[in-house]
Amino acid sequence: MTPSRVDFRIIADWIRPQSRVLDLGCGDGTLLDDLARSKGASGYGLEIDDGLVTACIKRGVNVIQTDLDAGLSEFDEGSFDFVILSLTLQAVKYPDRLLREMLRVGTEGIVTFPNFGHWRTRWQLGLLGRMPVSRALPHEWYNTPNIHLCTLRDFAALCRREGIQVLESQVVDHAHRPRFGLRLFPNLLGEIALYRFRRARVP
Amino acid sequence: MYEDVTAIPPDSVGLVTPARLQFTEPLALTSGGVLSSYELVYETYGSLNRNASNAVLVCHALSGSHHIAGYHAPDDAKPGWWEHHVGPGKSLDTTRLFVVACNNLGSCFGSTGPASINPATGRPYGPDFPMITVRDWVESQARLADRLGIDRWLAVIGGSLGGMQALQWAIAYPQRIAHAIIIAAAPKLTAQNIAFNEVARQAILTDPDFHGGRFYDQGTEPRRGLRLARMLGHITYLSDDIMRQKFGRDVRGGKLNFDYQVAFEVESYLRHQADTFVGRFDANTYLLMTKALDYFDPAGETGGDLAAALRGVKADSLVLAFTSDWRFAPARSREIVKALHDNDLNVSYAEITAPHGHDAFLMRIPRYTEILSAYLERALASAA
Repeated sequence: MTPSRVDFRIIADWIRPQSRVLDLGCGDGTLLDDLARSKGASGYGLEIDDGLVTACIKRGVNVIQTDLDAGLSEFDEGSFDFVILSLTLQAVKYPDRLLREMLRVGTEGIVTFPNFGHWRTRWQLGLLGRMPVSRALPHEWYNTPNIHLCTLRDFAALCRREGIQVLESQVVDHAHRPRFGLRLFPNLLGEIALYRFRRARVP
Repeated sequence: MYEDVTAIPPDSVGLVTPARLQFTEPLALTSGGVLSSYELVYETYGSLNRNASNAVLVCHALSGSHHIAGYHAPDDAKPGWWEHHVGPGKSLDTTRLFVVACNNLGSCFGSTGPASINPATGRPYGPDFPMITVRDWVESQARLADRLGIDRWLAVIGGSLGGMQALQWAIAYPQRIAHAIIIAAAPKLTAQNIAFNEVARQAILTDPDFHGGRFYDQGTEPRRGLRLARMLGHITYLSDDIMRQKFGRDVRGGKLNFDYQVAFEVESYLRHQADTFVGRFDANTYLLMTKALDYFDPAGETGGDLAAALRGVKADSLVLAFTSDWRFAPARSREIVKALHDNDLNVSYAEITAPHGHDAFLMRIPRYTEILSAYLERALASAA
């Protein structure tokens, strides 16, 4: 992961200054470090990988070594302004439960994931009959950590079912250019999807 | 000082001499008792910088001491108990840090304890030595800090019972500690943990040579009790896996003798640990230390709410646990982590994969070293 990861730049734009942030699957702490510098944000990252946890400590980012599949029960309700899950949704055991947990401990959630509806994955599966391998999904079917892949429309449907209100969304392609076609056909041309959402107000 | 001592490795602090300070201001204890005067024995490594911002306190566990690094004599068989972490270029880098290690009150390695002479009677305290708690230790360490000219520790570090002291420092003296490094610890003991301690204490208390704690006067000591206590302790410091790895069912001499001598290697190990403990450790100290463990419970004063007990804490913290530690399991460290982040404090937590059980905190483990180094590196940088 590099500081130039485009989803990080978009996420940073969405985060309000001085926010309390929880970053699920925080990697080497790049995003939290960036958010602390650019937005005065504070909070914690959760990460399971030994090397990445050590990297966070080297960077001075608050990190808690834990397995996201074990849930967020150690965090109290409404502890954070934002809970971020970047490129990790597809690798957790219970994405629906985790989304609910995100909106329990945080006011708003931000999720980014590789769009399985991208035309190249459709092409590989639909026409070539092979499990898709792409820049956003570089693994083979037998060694992939990505066990819960979804498309933009799938995610939107889950949000509706869970009573989640999408506040903002965006897609980017592998070159991370905001191209015209992306707006017209996001589920076909978007490689990475980004969503900002909150719990829908009960009428 | 130690250039010509060829046996001592160059990355050791080398030859060290313990220092001793007398304290005459009475220390009011948690138990209600008072220690009218006392002595603390300690060692220091490295030098205190001009603004006294590089001081680190290392707190010891049940059977530990102030001798954490270096050698007392060139022919010492072993260096201090944290030698691989403390020295020039090591995780506690003595070329940049001023490391202080203090022998706790009630111990038997030089600071005032049950075997010391009670000024009121002219004889060893024995059972008259007051019960000491983690809070009392921190109080006495704070007085030591005053005498050493240290207003604020860059870090207070400890494993096991030492980790409890680091946590207590953060609670009791929020202005005097920048970082707490809490290793293989717990916010309080479980019933199971207290149970192990109680069996150990019973072994000592029921030994006919205990004489109600006044065995010094009888020229004896409760060797059997102390041996059993140590053997039991060692079983709980290791994991099932590491015992299997180290000893398995290996039989001494390759054959069974059908008697009660040592047959299995694990028996030999436990007996050896017991043998080296007796003569080196004091039975009354063992009782006192296990009680200090049992009594530690900062949340006891806040209706069991640890986050509330930590409300005044200001220090940043690093909490470390070891995967195979079942005596102070990672889940117990996570309780500390939760209470810290519930207070929006800076805290990091790493779970280090290690097979050694609770003993891991004393071991040389690359990731453990790397994390301690990295954390202290940042602590130093932010203090500068």
